[in-house]
Amino acid sequence: MLTIRGLTKTYRGGDRALDSVDLDVPAGQLMALIGPSGAGKSTLIRCVNRLVEPTAGSVEVDGTMVTGSGTGALRLARRRMGMIFQEYALVERLSVMENVLSGRLGYVGFWASWLRRFPQTDVDEAFRLLDRAGLTGMQDKRADQLSGGQRQRVGICRALIQNPALLLVDEPTASLDPKTSRQIMRLLVELCAERSLAAIVNIHDVALARMFVQRIVGLRAGRIVFDGPPEALTDAMLTEIYGEEDWAASAPPADDETA
Amino acid sequence: MPNSELSQGRIGWQRRTGRARLAIWFAWLVGVLFIVQCWDIMNAETIWDFVWDAPQQAGDLLGRMWPPRWSVLNRLWGPLWDTINMATLGTLLGIVLGAPVAFLAARTTTPSLLIARPIALLIIVSSRSINALIWALLLVTILGPGVLAGIIAIALRSIGFVGKLLYEALEETDASQIEAITATGATRGQRLIFGFLPQIMPVFAGISVYRWDINIRESTVLGLVGAGGIGLQLNASVSRLAWPEVTVMFAAILVTVIVSEYVSAKVRAHII
Repeated sequence: MLTIRGLTKTYRGGDRALDSVDLDVPAGQLMALIGPSGAGKSTLIRCVNRLVEPTAGSVEVDGTMVTGSGTGALRLARRRMGMIFQEYALVERLSVMENVLSGRLGYVGFWASWLRRFPQTDVDEAFRLLDRAGLTGMQDKRADQLSGGQRQRVGICRALIQNPALLLVDEPTASLDPKTSRQIMRLLVELCAERSLAAIVNIHDVALARMFVQRIVGLRAGRIVFDGPPEALTDAMLTEIYGEEDWAASAPPADDETA
Repeated sequence: MPNSELSQGRIGWQRRTGRARLAIWFAWLVGVLFIVQCWDIMNAETIWDFVWDAPQQAGDLLGRMWPPRWSVLNRLWGPLWDTINMATLGTLLGIVLGAPVAFLAARTTTPSLLIARPIALLIIVSSRSINALIWALLLVTILGPGVLAGIIAIALRSIGFVGKLLYEALEETDASQIEAITATGATRGQRLIFGFLPQIMPVFAGISVYRWDINIRESTVLGLVGAGGIGLQLNASVSRLAWPEVTVMFAAILVTVIVSEYVSAKVRAHII
């Protein structure tokens, strides 16, 4: 589904965010990308849909080359990739329905989008997705009236209405409380399974990643240093990815705090 | 910033070095000397007899302006209506012309950084650097006196105002919202509609109403150079030394401006 070869990104100023990354994600696989801040996780998924232009290497999605294609071909390739953001990135002053339908922009023309005349099939699908994401009846609320969890659900609907082959998910739970985080991850896992989507999920919370995904890839300083199932992610491996830390220690019991 | 070794290994901290303090003190000295010099020049070129005379002159003028000749109001309604129309139509024209210029000028939306952006910035600067009164002066010479010259003068001045404030708003839009729209495979045009427009709409409405309010004030004086409206009447009355009429016109202008400020404040409070 997704094939990445030799992907390299050097930012202006010489910072090498990605160093010749090779990665394959088959259809239907949910893959977590972990690593310390600045390891290049965000850069990696942004290079896949070329929100960040890679310096070298190739990206192929669903049999189509993404790298090296012109503006028109890039737009067609982006339609097949849904993206979900850490801070939701909803258009705050538009309604929930407009935000969801914005996922169809790649399929409608300029005037149709100006007048918000989306095909009825898109509107039907939007209502189905809102129901599925637990947002029934919310379609006319403005995005900035929603809670964090609700916003992320809208973000997920916007990505899925694109009918993507691949989901790029950038820290979906970093701004959410622990319970909502789990709910959002569960929703993502279920939806990917229903539609047999490939997905890359950038995630800080290793425990959350272990709980929900089949495969974890560890990134450190722009290189892949771990690639395997959650069970293979040992404390030694975590040290390799994040640096020295006592991974076995947990928070002290609640009694100590009051003492 | 400057750290100094104190006794017992402690390190001192002060905001500025001694050299910086001296430089700041010197800058103040130069400033004070400059003001003294300016005062000196002003003194030399003022005819103080006229200045000592001023309270008496002002009192004399006020005496001649009172009581106001309210009957003149009857022939002011037309010019006042012209003034408001001039401001409103000029503002609309300025917005219609200024908004596209803003999109060309903003770093985030410009189609070309090397060609379109500098041209758009030049348009904005030239429009802003010339006062509406001077635009009117030029246009009355070209188009002849009348409201049309006033409308165009106001529009030309408004292009820069609307263009500048709008392009700054466009550059301050939240990039992640635009990124999200881009990621769906939207075209440039669709990015404007779905990404940028919703973000700048409140600012856009605020700018427009604010400019309309400024234009009401500016259009009251445009008549002084022949561009129609109440200023033309004002000019005529001043020329005829009909001071009681001038008082009524001042009052009419004051009320118009207060009403426009009130409307503008209400509308902006409602939008933002």
